[in-house]
Amino acid sequence: MKNPISIGLAAATCLSMVAALFMVFVYVPTEAEQGIVQRIFYFHLPCAWVAFLGFGIVALAGGLYLWLGHKVWDDLSYAAAELGMLFCTLVLVTGSIWAKPIWGVWWTWDSRLTTTFILWLLYGSYLLLRAFADDTDGIARFAAVLGIVGVLDIPIIIISVRLWRTIHPAVLLTRQGEHGLQDLRMVATLLVSLAAFTIMFVWLLWMRVATLRLRTRIVRLRRTLALRELAEAHR
Amino acid sequence: MDHLGYLFAAYSIIFLLIGLYVIFIGTRQARLEREVRRLESELRKNEPPLAPADNVEEIKTPGGV
Repeated sequence: MKNPISIGLAAATCLSMVAALFMVFVYVPTEAEQGIVQRIFYFHLPCAWVAFLGFGIVALAGGLYLWLGHKVWDDLSYAAAELGMLFCTLVLVTGSIWAKPIWGVWWTWDSRLTTTFILWLLYGSYLLLRAFADDTDGIARFAAVLGIVGVLDIPIIIISVRLWRTIHPAVLLTRQGEHGLQDLRMVATLLVSLAAFTIMFVWLLWMRVATLRLRTRIVRLRRTLALRELAEAHR
Repeated sequence: MDHLGYLFAAYSIIFLLIGLYVIFIGTRQARLEREVRRLESELRKNEPPLAPADNVEEIKTPGGV
């Protein structure tokens, strides 16, 4: 927490988040069809973006761990999975809150919602495995494979609105290939929110990896201490 | 203004969950840092005394001078 990089990232997160909130609640015009509730979109989509980013890092770091075997890649993978799960949960919750006034239901088994829920379940099982299994090399390798397999769901989520009949809006590019956001102020607000969430993600990832590195250090220190006590006992 | 409650709920949940996660990391990091300091001081206390020969480090210079 006292690390200057961590402090800098925290400050950048606060500033960018204040700017994003200002744009969402003051700057951007209210959408004509959905009204004020459409403003959920400006934080809903960045949550999805950082969730995908997190799971992408899980797969990448997992692959590097399988290849190189360094614990730091496993720590990065674990930290990114936790963050991906946090933001994937936020996507599902905010999406559900947005769906109620617009669709009239909290949840529907729409293709995008279902594939996102599958992603949440996949990484939920990844985190359960990490939480309840022993912290061994074998479990880390198994988790790395699970992380790589899980990421294959992301392209399916992205193209699901084009592949199957869906009621979920295709915001960035509609079925007709048009831009989903017609007003430039909406695009600007979305970009600022995306930047704010990306900075926050980097900050949280930095802190979480630092915590996991400390845990690894404690394991090593305990081992050294135990070996020393054993040597003392045999002397 | 009909759906202000939904908007408020969505943004509140986002900041609540992220805030709780930051608190979780912060407290865990503080606890682990305390544990590292405790173990390091314990290691220093239990450090075996060096044998007299170990205290003298052989100085090697290029060319064996």
